[in-house]
Amino acid sequence: MRLIFEKGKKGRCGIKIPKSDVPSREFPSRYKRKKDPPLPELSELDVVRHFTRLSQLNFCVDTNFYPLGSCTMKYNPKFTEQVERISGFSNLHPLLSYISEEAVQGALEVIYETERLLCEITGMDEFTTQPLAGAHGELTGLLLISAYHRYKENKKRYVIVPDSSHGTNPASSSTCGYETIVIPTDKDGCMDLRLYKERLSDSVAAVMLTCPNTLGIFNPHIKEVCDLAHSVGALMYYDGANLNAILGKVRPGDVGFDVVHLNLHKTFSTPHGGGGPGSGPVGVKGEICNFLPIPRIIKKDGVFRLDFNRPNSIGHISPFFGNFSVILKTYAYIMLLGREGLISVSEHAVLNANYIRARLKGYYELPYDRICMHECVFSASRQKRYGIRALDIAKYLIDKGFHPPTIYFPTVVKEALMIEPTETESKETLDRFISAMVEIANLAKERPQALKDAPKTTPVKRLDEVKAAREPKLRWEG
Amino acid sequence: MSYVPHTREEVEEMLDAIGVSSIEELFKDIGLALRPRSFNLPSGRSEFEVKEHLERISSKNNANLISFVGGGFYDHYIPSVVDAIAGRSEFYTPYTPYQPECSQGTLQAIYEYQTAICMLTDMDVSNASLYDGGTALFEAVMMSLRVTGRKKIIIDGGVNPIYKHMLFTHTKNLPIEIIKIPPHVGQTNRDEIYRHLDEDTASVVLQDPNFFGTIDEHSDIAERAHRVGALIIESVYPISLGLIKTPGSMGVDIAVGEGQSLGIPLSFGGPYLGFLACKREFLRRMPGRIVGETVDIEGERGFVLTLQTREQHIRRQRATSNICTNSALCALRAVIFLSLLGKNGFTELSKLNYEKSEFAKDLLKGKPGIEVLNSPTFNEFTVRLKRDANEVVNRMIKEGIAAGIPIGRFYEGMENYLLIAVTEKRKKEEILRLCEALNDAVNL
Amino acid sequence: MGKMNVPDGLLYTKEHEWIRIDNHLGTIGITDYAQDALGDVTFVELPKVGDSIRQFEAFSSVESVKAVSDVYAPMSGKIIKVNDGLMESPELINQSPYDKGWMVVIEIFDENEKKNLMTASEYRKYLEGIIE
Repeated sequence: MRLIFEKGKKGRCGIKIPKSDVPSREFPSRYKRKKDPPLPELSELDVVRHFTRLSQLNFCVDTNFYPLGSCTMKYNPKFTEQVERISGFSNLHPLLSYISEEAVQGALEVIYETERLLCEITGMDEFTTQPLAGAHGELTGLLLISAYHRYKENKKRYVIVPDSSHGTNPASSSTCGYETIVIPTDKDGCMDLRLYKERLSDSVAAVMLTCPNTLGIFNPHIKEVCDLAHSVGALMYYDGANLNAILGKVRPGDVGFDVVHLNLHKTFSTPHGGGGPGSGPVGVKGEICNFLPIPRIIKKDGVFRLDFNRPNSIGHISPFFGNFSVILKTYAYIMLLGREGLISVSEHAVLNANYIRARLKGYYELPYDRICMHECVFSASRQKRYGIRALDIAKYLIDKGFHPPTIYFPTVVKEALMIEPTETESKETLDRFISAMVEIANLAKERPQALKDAPKTTPVKRLDEVKAAREPKLRWEG
Repeated sequence: MSYVPHTREEVEEMLDAIGVSSIEELFKDIGLALRPRSFNLPSGRSEFEVKEHLERISSKNNANLISFVGGGFYDHYIPSVVDAIAGRSEFYTPYTPYQPECSQGTLQAIYEYQTAICMLTDMDVSNASLYDGGTALFEAVMMSLRVTGRKKIIIDGGVNPIYKHMLFTHTKNLPIEIIKIPPHVGQTNRDEIYRHLDEDTASVVLQDPNFFGTIDEHSDIAERAHRVGALIIESVYPISLGLIKTPGSMGVDIAVGEGQSLGIPLSFGGPYLGFLACKREFLRRMPGRIVGETVDIEGERGFVLTLQTREQHIRRQRATSNICTNSALCALRAVIFLSLLGKNGFTELSKLNYEKSEFAKDLLKGKPGIEVLNSPTFNEFTVRLKRDANEVVNRMIKEGIAAGIPIGRFYEGMENYLLIAVTEKRKKEEILRLCEALNDAVNL
Repeated sequence: MGKMNVPDGLLYTKEHEWIRIDNHLGTIGITDYAQDALGDVTFVELPKVGDSIRQFEAFSSVESVKAVSDVYAPMSGKIIKVNDGLMESPELINQSPYDKGWMVVIEIFDENEKKNLMTASEYRKYLEGIIE
């Protein structure tokens, strides 16, 4: 499809700018840009048609099953989308809160109440909604941990992560100035306890775990892992990417985690937006509360106030209170589902994942063959014998109308296919997906070329990613 | 309310297929001792009830003030097309376009966004977006450390105090030195910068227009910085780029900013849009997603995520940034907004902002107790009042006017300073009302 | 996996680098096995002339679309030449790993370090073990 810059006619404009009701003024030439930005010139319909057509080139949750592992691509209720447009919220300037707390009581209430709900869901003492996405939550959590250790005058250098961790965990550790220690996965799919004990020392600042982990496995020894960390003065960090599996079943705070981040765009069903915006609130316990970002929202005599007077706070991690409208959607979602609804989310997410696991394990290698939580990770190693890779399986699934699972992650599984169906998918959909996967397993043996030729139904065929990386062309230049 | 579609029979069939007798059995790895001590949440409600509840809460906000509040976040008009298109679920319900063949819509839109950002800033390359202007500034600083291998940053006093604060928070645990130039309402104080600029300097961080609204021409600083091998990072305000000199034309190495003004609602602080664009030579040091053009096996043009080896999912602890999810949907809003306005509309909008603000400045000049402090400015300027600005603003709120930002909230000793923003949305009568009410409140 | 080319006369590391020694100078690159495992090379990050590198420490990295691989120095030395052609044409590493795909030339500090490296026949045996 042509680019927007390749469309239009000189002199066309898609909007009428209001006529000026004030005197005209020349802008001082010394500070003036030499040439107008060469933006396209289009009518409103040109623009609408262009972007509507682009939208039709996407697979999305509303059109296709989207079992992208680790991303929790569940249905996003239309209602929660609507609430962000309530004008009392959408037009509210965040700096108004610095001028008049009275003028923003409603918004402060939403944040305050959401923080309290997240505390109850995770078993933490306090939450901040400031972090702007999951990885930003990780960084915030680690900054809190480093502030805590600095305050205690603990000398800490390392963060421990398992080799199955999300790449953001070690990356966030580096951004925070820590070095990473990587612990391998054991035969049961959990962080190797023996090696963990070996590497744990009093220079470890934190242990970052996703639980259930990226293999979809809940570590039954989690309590021991936490106790061991605490015994050397390390804090336990809970990567909440997979919280969707455990609502009402276990709370990180009860088990011994000190810091938690959540991805509201996963568990709490705010849309993923083609790659964001997300929201990554962070919850903490005990003394760590003193270090939370400012301002804190407090409630005094029924009135919400901003508290900047926190001498040990790490400061602002985002300009204001985080991605407010994502938080608002989360609040609405929790209100809609309530206690029973949230428990049912996890139960059915886990049921769906195990159903796929059980139905497909005759066809695909299951490296950790045990009951899983919200996702299951297969390997295409059997198919590889016929020259078929995880990538080929993914591309054929597109032709069958399914968004592919996450592939090649976690890296501890060769040719990984990481499938997270989520609770909002019905058995019929799962059955159709299972049939497609079975068909692929058969094709791999009988007619592997059919898989190599996929996808055939998409607007473009397989793309040359090597060319894109060798000769980066990152913008239109006419 | 529930979005789980399973019938009881289906659950039974699925449990059979798995070979367990109950859903609870699937949770056996979570031992009894690990179960929640409490899970005390309200019961679920209907849409209608929740909607009423939220509307009641929203009515406690005062969102109908005539607003002159800016400070880096502006009340601009958002054309209906932006909501209509960005509200298509084909755009808002997919995720990061890992599988390019079924994500060309998102990928092409981001490629167009990258192009539009380059056009606005006159920079060579842009990434696919970051969270917001503050984190974009932080990422740019980190990038300058990587590019130069140095550890000293000079940050000008004209940079938004919120972003400065965020930068300090984010870098607290890193072995770097940040030189803070004191706040200065007018143009950048060159001597202050040059006093610290040396061969250990990784970058000089500037903002144009600066926090107080002043426009500057930073080519001379860029030249001096480049002479000692330091980079220039400049935070810019996109709407102003319809009129003012671009970072690219002034020799800036990394341009960043907040894209909220490009069709994104204020929404009490987010989600917003961080943009980051740079010279081509720094491409591989850039953080975040980048979309590139390529061809498919039949030679058709298509788009993919590219240069991914920079990123956390591949390079892990040695990645250029920890960012994963960014602000793709907000970037989409920005490119729709810019396409709709186009070359002429965008320049016209920029000019209108300038003229409205100049009109307000002219009205305030000569009013007793009010001193207009800076020029040239774009759509925001600073006045010094003869009394505490916070008091004045709070008095005016009762009359339905949010007159601006009392700068004393950020800088001690500047309690009488008020920052006033005038966007295209403010009508002449409203500006007149602001000036009269401000005069009344100051000269009580 | 096809038969990997392992030329005689070069010395090899366990991390799949080779060095060709000629009169105190060493030319360094990655092996056929390494380029094959990595896939299409899209970018090579090279050190600067004048830098010193130390045996078995990373001095460069080679990237494909979805992977980054560190390149470790087979021997210690000072860089006297880098293959700038790789910036424009990283595919030379795939096409000609032992010839046009060379990466750097060093002035060798200590020839005794040779004893820590494998000969071609030793490396061939080593590869067989890995490929198994």
